[in-house]
Amino acid sequence: MKDKQRWLREDYAEATERFAERDALFETLSGIPVDPIYTADDRASVDEAADLGFPGAYPYTRGVQPSMYRGKLWTMRMFAGFGTAEQTNERFHRLLEAGQTGLSTAFDLPTLMGYDSDHAFARGEVGKCGVAVSSLADMEVLFDGIDPETITTSMTINSPANAIWAMYLAMAMKKGADLDKVGGTIQNDILKEFIAQKEFIFPPEPSVKLVVDTFEWGPVNVPRWNFISVSGYHIREAGSTAVQELAFTLADGIHYVRKALERGLDIDEFAPRISFFFNVHNDFFEEIAKYRAARRIWARQMREVFGARDPRSWMLRTHAQTAGVSLTAQQPLVNVARVAIQALAGVLGGTNSLHTDAYDEALALPTEDAATLALRTQQVIAYETGVANTVDPLAGSYYLESLTGEMERQALAYFEQIDALGGVEQAIEAGFFAREVGDASWRQQRDIDEGRRWVVGVNAFRQENPEVPIQLVDPEVSRVQEERLQRVRRERDPERAEAALAGLRRAAKQGANTMPAFVECALAYCTLGEQMDVLREVYGVYEEPVLI
Amino acid sequence: MERPIRVLIAKPGLDGHDRGAKVIARALRDAGMEVIYTGLRQTGAMIVNAAIQEDVDAVGLSVLSGAHMHYFREVVEGLAARGAEDILVFGGGIVPDQDLAALDELGVGAIFTPGANTRDVVEYLRREVPERRRAGV
Repeated sequence: MKDKQRWLREDYAEATERFAERDALFETLSGIPVDPIYTADDRASVDEAADLGFPGAYPYTRGVQPSMYRGKLWTMRMFAGFGTAEQTNERFHRLLEAGQTGLSTAFDLPTLMGYDSDHAFARGEVGKCGVAVSSLADMEVLFDGIDPETITTSMTINSPANAIWAMYLAMAMKKGADLDKVGGTIQNDILKEFIAQKEFIFPPEPSVKLVVDTFEWGPVNVPRWNFISVSGYHIREAGSTAVQELAFTLADGIHYVRKALERGLDIDEFAPRISFFFNVHNDFFEEIAKYRAARRIWARQMREVFGARDPRSWMLRTHAQTAGVSLTAQQPLVNVARVAIQALAGVLGGTNSLHTDAYDEALALPTEDAATLALRTQQVIAYETGVANTVDPLAGSYYLESLTGEMERQALAYFEQIDALGGVEQAIEAGFFAREVGDASWRQQRDIDEGRRWVVGVNAFRQENPEVPIQLVDPEVSRVQEERLQRVRRERDPERAEAALAGLRRAAKQGANTMPAFVECALAYCTLGEQMDVLREVYGVYEEPVLI
Repeated sequence: MERPIRVLIAKPGLDGHDRGAKVIARALRDAGMEVIYTGLRQTGAMIVNAAIQEDVDAVGLSVLSGAHMHYFREVVEGLAARGAEDILVFGGGIVPDQDLAALDELGVGAIFTPGANTRDVVEYLRREVPERRRAGV
């Protein structure tokens, strides 16, 4: 039999002499060169037993459970949040009625940055890109009629994650829920904020300390809660390649593990509850390979480098979201196709939960109809296409296994670069990630601007844009929020609130675990802004160097 | 020789999504313009001050948070209050068509939404700024 190189030299070269290859970029979206064919030769470096194994078994390349979607489909978890707590609560109920199986909360920018809705910096931003939550009172309205023991909730919150989580738990406690049964996720990944999304408040060191507090407190007090979702999503949205997303996210995860071990925690106590969150972009096979490589790298790091013994510590469980940045404002209905293909890649990559973007998100927050269509897209994949009937159906593909291995190798090379800089925190301060991601996003933009890469409706196949309905945010949001805040401040027990804030200040100053103090602050109806002001005073605030 | 076009790229408000702002800043710089980038979390007043101090021809606001009406108004009115209405205010981000008319009425120039070509931004400024300079003489 001919080997690959000989076939390329002879048959393929002869064929392309007669019919030239298309004028296109034969490389992945991340710039990995793609050969005309892949053969068994490319798989020679793959050791089937050691690199693939079986689903539900080390190194989990093929998925974290033996039965994967034959047992339980991925969780269909649509990110939602806008306006007042009342409006988002209504959207939550509609999504649950439409068959969604978990909730996911988007907060507005003042909440993400730790300001109350009536703070001067909140003007014009309240309820705009998420729901405003300034105290337990808002949280109670947001989850009205939703049982925290049966519905798991994910909350996209980072710098103020401890405070918002405490408010959620206080809400559940006041409903009489048993914290042993309450499940959900807080994003709580501050490192990727410094790298990509930039919603940070405090400097890196105290920020990471707050995260490690949840590693220590969570498993003991809320055992079913994922106290972190280490996120590559935002790194990718900021313009990184798939390999950078993979490498930087896992490097962040490893950094948290090291910090938790430095505090003296037992790896098998906390590691089973570390979860992840990756993007699913347009390059179909590269995305599938990324999820498979991520599981393999994490399992090997946790077992071989950190010595974890509990198999649950080795498993990388992940959420996926289709790529917001790939959506176009031009011919927005075309986004329905992009989202469907990306979602399919996430499923073939073995994600454990999935959010599908709505087609109108390059224009505004999604309308209810657009969000429902996005959920229906997942349901079509789950129930009509048959892809969920067998586990990891693409395993053994010459191309996919080759790509999975290549991404693993490139990610490990990035780990070495980051370690050489002294670790993730030092690399942040040296501007390493900003440069890497900035350069990658610039290259992608130029490829599109100069027509090397085609984007349907943007630099090819253009036509007049149809008008699509958009979601409007009620301008009354600020007023409703301000009134509720004033009521909270008026009606709470002022001595309890003051004592709770003093307790938080004490814990922060002494370097103690802050979580008990945050829970007491929540129960005392201290506002988010009050709590974050205490920490701003103790820890200071971070300003990043301005780089273009 | 005419002096190069000077542009302030600004990121108003609490949002940290700076990919667009940085890509545009780089594209304008590569096209020979003098570009100042404010960095994150600027108030309207800070942007107005920077625009006047730096004596720029144009201010580009990058807003993805839905708060565009608020920030464009603050900057346009702030510049007018300081007698600097000759500075062109344009922008980009997540801005629905439905808001374009209101922004236009405010006196805001072009708005570039996701998928925009950076060359179009360059061409726009090369066309618009000299016209404004001539009109200002």
